[in-house]
Order: sequence, then structure tokens, then C-alpha cells
Amino acid sequence: MHTETKDHAELATVFNKDEARVDWHDETLWWIRQKRDKAVNHLPEWELLRETASQIKDNVLSNLAGYLVQFEENAQRNGIVVHWAADAAEHNNIVLGLLHSKGITKMVKSKSMLTEECHLNESLENNGIEVIDSDLGERIVQLAKEPPSHIVLPCIHKKKEEIGDLFHLHLGTPAGNADPQFLTETARQHLRETFLTRRAALTGVNFAVAETGEFVVCTNEGNADMGAHLADIHIASMGIEKIIPKRKNLGVFLRLLTRSATGQPITTYSSHFSKPREGTEIHIIIVDNGRSKQLGREDFRNSLKCIRCGACMNTCPVYRRSGGHSYHNAISGPIGAILAPNLDMEKYADLPFASTLCGSCSNVCPVKIDIHQQLYKWRQVIVQNGYAPAGKKAAMKLMSLTLSSPAAYHMGGKAGRFVMKYAPFAVNNKLNPWYKQRDMPEPPKESFGEWYAKNRKA
Amino acid sequence: MNVGLFIPCYVDQFYPGAAIATLQLLEKLGINVSYPKNQTCCGQPMANSGFEHLTGGCNELFIKNFAEFDYIVAPSGSCVLHIKEHLHSHEHENEAAGISSKIYELSSFLTDVLKVESLPSRFPFKVGVHQSCHGQRGLHLSQMSELVAPAFSKPDSLLRMVKGIEIVPLNRMDECCGFGGTFCVAEEAVSAKMGKDRVEDHLAHGAEFITGVDMSCLMHMEGILNRRGSKVKVIHLAEILNAY
Amino acid sequence: MVRKKQESMSTAREQILNAVRANQPDLKALPEVIIPADNIELQDKFTETLTTIGGKVIKANGYDDVIAYIKSITNTGHRIISSITELSEVISASEASPLPHSLQDTELAIIKAHFGVAENGAVWITENLLSQRVLPFICQHLIVILNADDLVANMHQAYEKIGDEHYGYGTFIAGPSKTADIEQSLVLGAHGSRSMTIFLISLPLD
Repeated sequence: MHTETKDHAELATVFNKDEARVDWHDETLWWIRQKRDKAVNHLPEWELLRETASQIKDNVLSNLAGYLVQFEENAQRNGIVVHWAADAAEHNNIVLGLLHSKGITKMVKSKSMLTEECHLNESLENNGIEVIDSDLGERIVQLAKEPPSHIVLPCIHKKKEEIGDLFHLHLGTPAGNADPQFLTETARQHLRETFLTRRAALTGVNFAVAETGEFVVCTNEGNADMGAHLADIHIASMGIEKIIPKRKNLGVFLRLLTRSATGQPITTYSSHFSKPREGTEIHIIIVDNGRSKQLGREDFRNSLKCIRCGACMNTCPVYRRSGGHSYHNAISGPIGAILAPNLDMEKYADLPFASTLCGSCSNVCPVKIDIHQQLYKWRQVIVQNGYAPAGKKAAMKLMSLTLSSPAAYHMGGKAGRFVMKYAPFAVNNKLNPWYKQRDMPEPPKESFGEWYAKNRKA
Repeated sequence: MNVGLFIPCYVDQFYPGAAIATLQLLEKLGINVSYPKNQTCCGQPMANSGFEHLTGGCNELFIKNFAEFDYIVAPSGSCVLHIKEHLHSHEHENEAAGISSKIYELSSFLTDVLKVESLPSRFPFKVGVHQSCHGQRGLHLSQMSELVAPAFSKPDSLLRMVKGIEIVPLNRMDECCGFGGTFCVAEEAVSAKMGKDRVEDHLAHGAEFITGVDMSCLMHMEGILNRRGSKVKVIHLAEILNAY
Repeated sequence: MVRKKQESMSTAREQILNAVRANQPDLKALPEVIIPADNIELQDKFTETLTTIGGKVIKANGYDDVIAYIKSITNTGHRIISSITELSEVISASEASPLPHSLQDTELAIIKAHFGVAENGAVWITENLLSQRVLPFICQHLIVILNADDLVANMHQAYEKIGDEHYGYGTFIAGPSKTADIEQSLVLGAHGSRSMTIFLISLPLD
């Protein structure tokens, strides 16, 4: 049996074969980063807001069980049905059970990264349920049979011509028409019909308020609302970490979320669902799927503060030049790289290494997750759990021995120098990956140590 | 004031010019500088690869070499950051903590400890300044473009004391060059692309030299410059500040 | 069967809560949010912000201006929905609480908002201002009537104003529905309204 191990470096190498496309991808995302900069610089209190949000999330994580119970109680009092799912399979089964109980075979869904994480669409389709994603970007990747490559901008990797081709194939638009206005209008017409005919709508949850039992869904397109307000049953899937204590805390998070994500001051729609409208039902599924385990990892727990703005992806120089699919996980980019190893350390052992640890991610994070520090820490955990390649282990042991011994380190002459033997940029071998696109530095006649011994007598 | 000079391994063995300039510059400023000859490496190459647990020997050696000094100065933001954040020792934790608080990257030692206000330097060229991530985001040598906070730059403030220098603006003032230690080979495609893009920004703005506080980033960009046959050179900040 | 299902659900609930209780760190205090707001020139700021995000603001002295505007942008065949009695002259005859799906051919909806937020151009609407929750989304174009004095500077003030009010559904709407999913080209009119016009009505002082 062929087992496929995906690796960020290999996938990124494929992505980099088309350099012009890499440039386009990089520039597009950098432009969003710049829009973010412009927006946040309008708020002198920006850093205070980030700090406040981070502290609110600290409080949430320290009292999560209490808040979950409080939320459940209040939501139930509001007439919302609350379900709990320990993992992805349970979540998908709850959705399927709800649809079956209503005799529904077609559902419309707005953006929910949690359902991507749970592979809900696949699971429902295997059970005869048709799911249509209504967020334009998600609809596009759904038609292309691809996962989203970015949590906020699902089809950011696709060129408009490719989208035009997809629409031609699936929605019957004229061949060669790649005008965004025209394509968006086509999707509007097509999905309007969907909204009007679906009895079930699933949405994600951006924030769930413990104090009131309401939950907030943010979209620019209005697709979550179109789905929910026209359906008989609204299913909202949320991770346990989406809880915030009080309604007024929304003021902090809604100010941060969209400025960080796209540079808008707020999403077009920030909808607060508290009670089902008459004659309809709202069901919330509270999902763990590894989150409680991450909560117990002291070094990594605050990754659960994430509000899914995607700013770390837009700013990440590696993400911009490797594309979201290179991360082979529902959530890509720096945040994906610190969340994924919690779910499967072996499968995602490569992700914490897909970073230069430059730290830009931590600086843009609206809830101040120390993303790059966690990448560093995951590297240690992954190696200690035995997921480092054997060759690397041996080399590192030898390096450790040499560096602990001044005598071994100070072997005389150019060829004897430690760096010549170990540094990836110096190993005199044309197969060395350094050499593919970069020249080797010229070794000098003498090292500084040798120069110092001659020129500065003690 | 006794200053211990910490010269990172790859600077020692590949870029002695940067180390010599650092030494001479400090001496020129009247500082008593010694170079402990038994030093090797800070251990960062192992730690960043996930092998921090193998850096114990390096740490003990580092403590042995440097604990006695009033200050430790190195021409590298990255190695200094590593020592500050990760130097530990079961037996000598006090010494380790002491070192973490008295180790300085060169430019911040000049601006924050020596409070240098003028330099007798001259460097009549167009220079692009590369912000090395560990120096900038780790040691806060300059303000980071992501934050809503007043601008400053310790390396730039020193460069502005140099006669004849022209600092060129960049489109992306603080994007990573893609070196990243073993990242440069483990993620060759992305690393090289990052390096090319960074170099291109400097070239597009007419830089004749690219400078910075970390030789590792400069080495990466040098590899790319040389491959494309560019006449543009990399030069460590210390070499410009020491030039006349 | 049903009973069994409930048991397994309560198991998941206990399992999750127990794991969370075991793993959550010691209690950290919820911070007080003290963020200053600049309360000057709110109308100008609101107008500027909403305009930047694709909305339109018209200052008016009363409903006559709104009626004149509606007449200028609609044709006789257009379905215009509103529960604002002052606009009865221009709204289409319809039942008091139409079914949500029946609103699909709504060309224009006119609704009131509780207040607007200067920093982001959003208006706060709860379902008691709507004949149906779907109305401001399903209509092709949206007009919102807002008292010019009902503006706050930022979202902290907004939630202070909302307080602990009970609503089944409430939403902030900031401009027309939009998407930039195709190569970051901004297109107005994704799934919700294609335009949003806000009438800031200053009531003449007696």
C-alpha cells in the first residue's frame, strides 16, 4: 500500500516552479497586509486593544468549563438546542442526525473552518447529503474540488481565468469570461436559488457569549444570514474556544477581527443570533476535537486564543511564497503550523519547520499569540518525540560534540574549520541545496581566531 | 569596563572582516575588549532545528568563556537573541541569567550602553539596510512595521553618523530574507525565493551595498547577489561604522 | 433509540467538560476595558467611513426627503418593503408580516436602525425593526433611516448602548454586501444588498 506523506518543503518546491505565480501570490497577500497596516494605524489604541483581547482570552481559557456551561444554560433558555461533540466524527454524526430527523438531503453552508477541520462535506456527501458552500471563495474551491488555501480568503491561490473556466464548466458562463464582477453576479444568481430552496443552513461561529447565550457570525457577503434566515433549521458549529465572557467583550473583538483580516473597519454583517425565529430551530454543536488537549499543553495553550483572522498568513513570507495547500492541513500558515501537531504530531511534524522564525506573525496577531515562539517549541517537542529524520539526529549529535569542545572546533586550516564541515551553506558539494540558487561564501585565508592570535597578544 | 567579544562561529570562520571591524571599533571607542579563544558557537543551529536538548555542552562552554565580563558584545542579533532566550545551565543558572542580561548586539551596545553620539566614519555609498528579524523583532533594535508604535532604529541612528552615506528606502522595510538557519536548505525553494525578493528590493532602489547587524542574512543575500553576477556587495554594519 | 442518543451526547459533554476542567490553567482575571473614545464630529466620521466601504450617506430633514429619493430611484414595478408608516406613500402593498421566502423579489427595503457607529460605518438593527430577519439581506437595495443624533464613536460605546437588551436577533450592518474573493477585486453585491444608503435625519428643533 502506498502511504502518502505530505511535506511542506516538497509541496512548496512544486509551488515555486512557477515563479511569476509565486510573485503574484506574494504581492496579493502583501497588499492585504498593507491594507491591514493602514487600518490599524488609524487606531492609536491598537496595541492596547490587542493586549486587552489577549487578556480576555486568558480569562476565557482559565475558566473555559465554567463559561461553556454558562453559555449552554443561556442558549437553552433562549430556545437554542445545544449539542456536544468530542471529535470530528461525533460532530459530523450530529449534523447528519439532525438532517435525517428532518428528512433533509440538501444543505447550504457558510464559512466554517471547523467543518473543514472535521471534513464535514465529505462525510455528509458519503451519506447522500448534498452540501453547497455559499461563501464565494469556498464555492469556487468546492467546484474545483480543492480545500480552501486560506482561512479568510479560500481561493486566494486561484487566478480569475481559472475561476472563469470553472464557472464555464459548472455554471455555464461564456468561455473566457474572467471578469470578477460578472463572475460574482453569476454566483449571486446561482446561490440565491440555493438559499431559497434549502431547508437547512450551517454556519460557523465567530464568538459565543457566555453571559447571554447568543453567538455572532461575521460575513461580508451576507451568505450566513441568507442561509440561516431562509432555513427551517440553522446548525451552528463552534469550537470550545469560541467563547467570550460578556457581550461587551464583542466590542474589543469586532474592532480587531476585520481590521486584522482584510483592513476593513468591520465586516459588512456582524449578526447576533440569540433565539430561533418562530417556527424554526437553531442547533449549536460545541466541538472539542483536540482543543481540550491543547489547553493542557502549557506552551501551546494560547494558540486557542485564535480568532481566525488570517493576518499571520498574510504577513508570513513563507506562506506567501508557498501557498496554503503546501501546509496540507485545513488551517494553513503559521497558526495552522502550531495547531496541527496537536492533532497529529507525526503527520504534521514538518509544519513547525516551515518557518524562518522571523516573528512577524506574532506581531500582527490581534490576540497576541506568540506564534513564532510556539513554532520553536513545537520543533523541540517533535524532535523529542522521535519525529526527526535519523540523519539529522546523527548530524546534530556530532555538531553538539564538536561545539562543546574548543579543541575539536579549532582544528587548524580552512578545511578543518567547523563551519566548513557543518554549515549548510559551506558544505563543498554541488548537490547541496544551498548551491542550487546561491553561491557559496568564499572561505577567507584565516579565521578571526587565527587573526586575533597573531594581532592581539595577550 | 571589560567587554568580552563573542564572535559567532560562521563570522569567525567566514567573515573575519566583520569581527575585526567590531573589535577595532570598540577599541577606538576606548573599550577594553578581550576575545576568549575557547569560544565556539551559541548552539542556535541545533536549537532551532529542534535539538535544544543537545546544547548543554555549548551552554556550559559559553558560561565558562563569558561569565567574568561586565558586558558581552557580538556582531550578531540572532546569536545574541539565542543566548538571551535560551542560555540555561543546571549548575550555573545565576551565571547564565547574568549573561543573558549583559550580552548585547553591537549596535544596541553602542547606542544604549556607550551612548555613542558621533563617529569618525566615512562611507560615501548608497546603502540598503536589511533588518534582520532576530535583531529587530527579537531584540527590538528597530521598530517593527506590524506595530502601531513610534518609529526608531538603532542601526540607522548609527549609520546617520557616517559621513557620505546615503540610505536607500525599501518597499518592504522589514521582510525576512529567508535564511532561517537550516531552513535555507530544508526549505530551499522558499528560502531562495525569499532571498531573491529581498535582494531585488535593494537593487531596485539603487543600493551599492546591503548592510545589517547579522552576517547570516547578509551571507544569504550575498549568495544570491553573486549567483546573479551583481556588483552589489554585502557589508556588516560594523565595517561601515569602522570605515573612514 | 432516542434515549441512547441522548446518553452518548451527555457522555461527550461530560468528557469535554472534564478534560477542559483538568487542563485549564489557574483563573486569570477578566480585564476591564478602558479605551478612550473621541466623541467629536461623529456625523462626519460616520459619513466618511461608510462612504469608504461602499455605502452612501444622505443628510435629510425628514421623511419627505426620503420619499422623494425613493421615487427618484425606483419604478412602478419595483417591490418596495418597509414597515415605516411615514413611508406608506411609496411602499408596495403587502401583508404585515410576509414569509421570508416571499421577499425574494424585493427591490428596495427601508428599515430603521437604533444607532450608528462612527469608527466603522455600521448601524445596529434588531429584529423588532424588521418584518423578517432576512429582509435587509434579500433585498436588492437597502435604505436605513437613522436619527443623526444616534451615533456613537466606537464599538465599546455601541455595546454600552446595547447593554443587556434582549433580542432574538440583532446585527451590525456596514455597507453593501461585498466580496473580494476573486483576485481581491472588490465587487459590491455578493449575496446581500447591492447598495446601502443611510438617511441621517436631523429633526428640526422646535
